[in-house]
This record gives sequence, C-alpha cells and structure tokens, in this order.
Amino acid sequence: MIKTDILIIGAGPTGLFTVFEAGLLKLKCHLIDALPQPGGQCSEIYPKKPIYDIPAYPEILAGDLTDKLLEQCKQFEPSFTLGERAETIDKQDDGSFIVTTNKGTQHHAPVVAIAGGLGSFEPRKPLIHNIAHFEDKGVEYIIKDPEMYRNKKVVIAGGGDSALDWSIFLSDVAKEVTLIHRRNEFRGHLDSVEKVQDLKNKKKINLVTPAEVIVIVGDEKVKAVVVKQAQHIEKEFEIECDHFIPLFGLSPKLGPIANWGLEIEKNAIVVNNALDYQTNIPGIFAIGDVNTYPGKLKLILCGFHEATLMCQAAYQIINPGKRYVMKYTTVAGVDGFDGTRKEAPKAVVKAIE
Amino acid sequence: MEQDINIKITDREGVTHEIQAPTDMAMNLMEVVRSYELAPEGTIGVCGGMAMCASCQCYVLSDTQLPEMQDDEEAMLSEAFYVKDNSRLGCQIQMTPDMEGLEVELAPES
Repeated sequence: MIKTDILIIGAGPTGLFTVFEAGLLKLKCHLIDALPQPGGQCSEIYPKKPIYDIPAYPEILAGDLTDKLLEQCKQFEPSFTLGERAETIDKQDDGSFIVTTNKGTQHHAPVVAIAGGLGSFEPRKPLIHNIAHFEDKGVEYIIKDPEMYRNKKVVIAGGGDSALDWSIFLSDVAKEVTLIHRRNEFRGHLDSVEKVQDLKNKKKINLVTPAEVIVIVGDEKVKAVVVKQAQHIEKEFEIECDHFIPLFGLSPKLGPIANWGLEIEKNAIVVNNALDYQTNIPGIFAIGDVNTYPGKLKLILCGFHEATLMCQAAYQIINPGKRYVMKYTTVAGVDGFDGTRKEAPKAVVKAIE
Repeated sequence: MEQDINIKITDREGVTHEIQAPTDMAMNLMEVVRSYELAPEGTIGVCGGMAMCASCQCYVLSDTQLPEMQDDEEAMLSEAFYVKDNSRLGCQIQMTPDMEGLEVELAPES
C-alpha cells in the first residue's frame, strides 16, 4: 500500500504544480497517471507545440513546460504510479481514501485531488467488427512488452509517429513486420518516415498502402488479417500474422471516475469554486480541466490557481485546527523534502564611510 | 449583427440547428458548435483545434466553397474513423462571410 498526504490523479501540468504548492505546506504527494510518462496532454498529444498564455513565458513548448514543472517540484520528491488507471475509490471510517488502479496497486491518502484533465487516455479502436473477440489474443492497442513479439509475424496499422516508431523498433525483434496505412503519406517526424523508407527498401518492413485491415481471421488467436488495398484496382487479400497492432492514437475518456459518486456535469466534475474546489464528497477535490463551475475556463493557468487554493484546504483536512498563514517563497525560501534549501541571498550590511 | 453568417448544423442526435456565427472573432466551425453547446463538452474539440484528434469531424452537406485541406487535416482524416468523401475537420474551417449558407452534419463520436 502506497501512503501519501495528497493523492493526485493525473500527472499533467495541474497535478505537477500541486506537488510544489503542497510541498510548501509540508504535504507529500503521489501521482497516478494512465500514461507511461508525466505531462498529460502536453507530453502525449502536443509536446512540440508552443503555448503562449503561461504567465511570464511569452512562448513555451508544451513538452518544455512539463520539464520545467518537474524541475520546480523535484525537491518535494513526488512519487508516481504510471501506466495505470485509477479504477476504484473506497472511503475509510476515518475519512481517508483507498484508490486502487486497474492493475491492483493500492494508494492510501487523507486527501484525493483529481487533476485528470479530459480523462484517461484510451486507445482508439478501429471499426473492425470482430476485433473485440481478439483483444489480448493477438490484438494489442498499446505495446507494453516488445519482447512478446520476438520471432513473431506482426501487422501494424496506423500512419502516425507511434506506428512508424514501433515498425522501426520491431523490425529488429519480430520475424516479419507489415505496416498498413490508409494513405501513402505518413504523418510523423521526417527522420522516422525516412527510416521506414530505408527499411522498406531493405525488405525489413513490408509496407502496404493505401490499405486497411477489414477483418481479423483466427479461432482462439489471431492467425491473419484481411486487407483491402485500393491501389489502381481494389483488391482484398490475407496477411498471415501472430499479432495485429492498431495504433490510431489515444482519446481521453472520463472513465471509471464517472462512477465514483461525484456530481458530473458536461463530462466534468462539479466543484465549489467559491471556496476550495472540493467536490460533493468531502476530501475529494477536482482541479484543472477535469472540473466545472460557472465561468470555468479550461486553461493551464487556471489549473495552477485552483491547485494552490486546494492545497490550503487539504492542509486543514490533514492538520485540523493547526495554525498557518501563507508565506511568500521569496521571504521563506523553499525547504525540500530532500534536504535542499532555496532562499533569497541575504542583504549586505556595510557602512558607507 | 452585420458580420454574422447563417449556417445549419445537424448534431449527433440528428437534430438540425439553424444558427448565426460571428465572422469577426476568428472562430472556426468546431468552436461555433461548442459555443452553441451542440455536442457535449469533452466530446468535441478535444485537442483544442490542432487537427490532432478528429473529434470535430463533420460531413459537409452544402456545396459551399471551403478552404483547401492542409496536410495535417488530410493526415488526421486518414487515421480517423467514419470518414466519408465529404468529411472535414470543423476546427480547420474558419467562419468567414464566404461560409454563408454552410450546412454540415457532425460525425459520430469515436
């Protein structure tokens, strides 16, 4: 069981900044995220896109913002459960919560802060009528362990970076890699596209375009896929394979959080914005894009503000009745849990003769 | 208002809405749909309008002259589902006076 003061669900910008604000109040944070890396949408969807409305940054790339936030909260030693989705929440007799992920990892905390953005990212599944039957029987939407493809015949579908990158990677691992895309053009980094071209020329990747997989063949396991190709004349044929990996990106879904008994409106969690961004369940807060209230704006900078106020309320729950006033970092400095201290240089006192 | 245009949007339930869209606020079709709340928040414009998610895919029903498709829109549509010949991404269609009379239908959520 992982124990912490504030359990943050979602490691996007709002969740990461919460770590810093909580740290100033000597509260420790643990973060759960369904994605394998911190940063949320900023890292997953648009790391190379600029953001222009982060205060004091005339322009910053979304990926760089994640790096800066991680650096800013580093001394408060956040811990992470990554690649797992928060599934259930159980309120304990003492008012604390146990949150369990889809992989069974348990987290215990007196305060839960949902900073889940638009939800957890789920793979987009292609519309193949019998695909559900083969899930985990040769169809995988996310590659978790590349070793499972060693010496296997693999068919990958998709036209973005993940389809290209995994085709390149698996061409060294699998017995045979076929990449199928609806168009001849790929939407990826230029060097990935060139690398696939090179591997195609060397016959290490079998490229089938413009085409799509329309049926999966097999009994208990995937044996082949039926491909429809539309070059010049339309034709259909089978490609024998052990694995079919459709990589069509991820789309966020509110997911299991929607069943936690929280008040939901417009796919978001209703909170008390006049006070502390608490939900209808005391001890559970919702901050950033995942919440809603009159006048709500889904902006990173609004998430930062919400996180800051939420931490003050969390302090009161965790330290009932204990006195505290907000301190300026310029005055008080920043004392990390790792023993580091940041502080303003002392003024020099020297007489003028 | 003078610079408003009239457009028809059929939502995912099949209901057609005749609405006015401003042309002077640099709005695109996806944002017009959101401003009238014709699709639930979180089901449209997920990526914010970067042609990176296809949640604003729509079918163009009128013969309105639309801006030419850019590479990123074409690439995104080639990976989206429920795509038809008249599919476009709403976030790539700017509201200009030329869009007067535009009729679209929102594609299913995927």
